[in-house]
Amino acid sequence: MSIDDKSTAIEPHSDSHLPAAPAAEPIADPGLAEHHWRPTDVDTRAEKRAERQIAAMFIAAMIFSVLFVVSYFAFGVGDNWDTVAGLGASTVSLGVTLGMALLLIGIGIIHLARKLMSDVEMVEMRHPAASPQEDRDATIEALNAGLDEAGIGRRPLVRNTMLGAVGILGLPAVVLLRDLAPGSTLDISKLASTIWEPGMRLVRDVVGTPIKASDIEVGDLINAAPEALFPTEENGYEELEGAPLQSEKAKGAIIIVRMDPDEITPVSGREEWTVDGIICYSKICTHVGCPISLYERTTHHVLCPCHQSTFDLADGAKVVFGPAARPLPQLPLMEDGEGYLVAQSDFKEPIGASYWEREKQ
Amino acid sequence: MRLINRTAGRVSRHRRGPLAGLVVLLLGLVLSGALYTAFSPAQADSQASDTEQIAQGKELFLASCAFCHGKNGEGVPTVREGYQIGPSLVGVGAAAADFQVGTGRMPMAAPGAQAPRKEAVFNDEEVAALAAYVASLAPGPAIPNESDYSIEGLSEQERDEAISRGGQIFLTNCTACHNFNGAGGALPRGGYAPTLHDVEGRYVYEALLTGPQQMPTFSNGNLTPEDKRDVIAYLDSIQATPEYGGFGLGGLGPVSEGLFAWLVGIGGLVGSAVWIASHTTRTKKSKVNA
Repeated sequence: MSIDDKSTAIEPHSDSHLPAAPAAEPIADPGLAEHHWRPTDVDTRAEKRAERQIAAMFIAAMIFSVLFVVSYFAFGVGDNWDTVAGLGASTVSLGVTLGMALLLIGIGIIHLARKLMSDVEMVEMRHPAASPQEDRDATIEALNAGLDEAGIGRRPLVRNTMLGAVGILGLPAVVLLRDLAPGSTLDISKLASTIWEPGMRLVRDVVGTPIKASDIEVGDLINAAPEALFPTEENGYEELEGAPLQSEKAKGAIIIVRMDPDEITPVSGREEWTVDGIICYSKICTHVGCPISLYERTTHHVLCPCHQSTFDLADGAKVVFGPAARPLPQLPLMEDGEGYLVAQSDFKEPIGASYWEREKQ
Repeated sequence: MRLINRTAGRVSRHRRGPLAGLVVLLLGLVLSGALYTAFSPAQADSQASDTEQIAQGKELFLASCAFCHGKNGEGVPTVREGYQIGPSLVGVGAAAADFQVGTGRMPMAAPGAQAPRKEAVFNDEEVAALAAYVASLAPGPAIPNESDYSIEGLSEQERDEAISRGGQIFLTNCTACHNFNGAGGALPRGGYAPTLHDVEGRYVYEALLTGPQQMPTFSNGNLTPEDKRDVIAYLDSIQATPEYGGFGLGGLGPVSEGLFAWLVGIGGLVGSAVWIASHTTRTKKSKVNA
């Protein structure tokens, strides 16, 4: 490349969009390679055949669309499913027919493009992305004229109040976000306590039957719930519904395991919280609150399926692996007069994930 | 009375001979004698066979199990406290032995994080002998009867109720490890919860009772026999249910579905795009009127 070329290339606002061709090119432009025709371009029979193929694909697509409608009405769903090869006949036929219709339209278009549309090479010269200088000047002029007519520059009162109005829009957002900050006025007391209360029985989840301590064997894992969530006339608990029910269900879930009492490493202050090696923890992970019950009997570890936090239930549920920062809260247990497991009290600390005020309670 | 007399009269009319009464008496004696010989020694045999079965089980045990579990099933500890080459089998019961040997998990081919299910090494008779021997070490859970885990005897409505109840119990107690579809899942340190598909109800029941490997137990005080039966009914029902929504891809959730979408779906799109762009037939002929 000559020095002249370089100087024209770096000139910022050159009006000559195309570099002037040097008088003598160092390497001659070879031009386009010779175009090779397709059989459909030169042979009428091949052209007709391709036409028929494309039309056949579009017709097949129409047939599949009709079949879609037919199978929508033909195959039973709901209580009485038709099946084909162990799969739902309706789902399979709807998917296959609609899929084939779309696929055949697509293949037909591609076949058309490849066989019949012109594929002769064309040359289109490159040009700068920027608009020509006169267009740019005209745009700037129009903008300035508009500003001048609106008189923003001449009326500082309007300009300043408008800027102020837009700026102050940030205030509502700040006020809303403030509730997430420490010391906000939200009622967080419900995070600190659960439905458990002194003397409430532990019942098997789903079936709702109370649990006799003598029935549990070493190695057992029981997924349990507070009795108050299974109200009967006998136990006299008030029936909860809707959001309060779901909230208490989520907070009150527990796992009960029984291990050899010798295997339990005692935690100071919790010596009386177990019944003959029966020990009970919150089922809600202290990381972000997933329910956990992947319990390994041999290691006494329980694993959270969400982020693999692992707690050692034989050692105060301390975290042995994963992102959780605190042990699972333990529910103090005792037996009632009939030998059923009951809670001594609510959890002594908030269950589940952390929040700002947790340590201040 | 009259009725009985009339019947007796008819019989006696057919028996003409004077020795008829004697023949009947003899026949009765022979029959009762035959019945006695048929049944009485059978009892003696079965008692003997219990002892024999245990003896046979012990022989098999000494040959195939004692290396890890000890010559008397007492277990073999290692130098690391709390770890064992093979745990004690005292008190694990016939159910544990039947499960472990019947599903081919024991004898283990090599020590490892998990004893995989494989072709059973012993035949049914040998498994029964081993189970009898292990049961003779100390009392433990027995092999369940088919009536314990079958819903055959129930009405259709009761079956439906059992299945839906079993589903809820399954979702609460089992899905954490065995996946919502019973397809199994990974556990820490190289272990895994095996798939529950194509597992006989008997082995599911035994696994619940005895807690094989890392699995916690679900004793009868934890899940009642009826609860266990319902879980097994649910497992059978989800395997019998057609895949209404299309291929289940192993029922493993987003992992297998994502793999399928990325590899087969997007891979197929990229492949066909490359194929479309790379092939166009050309001819050496030139256009006649170009």
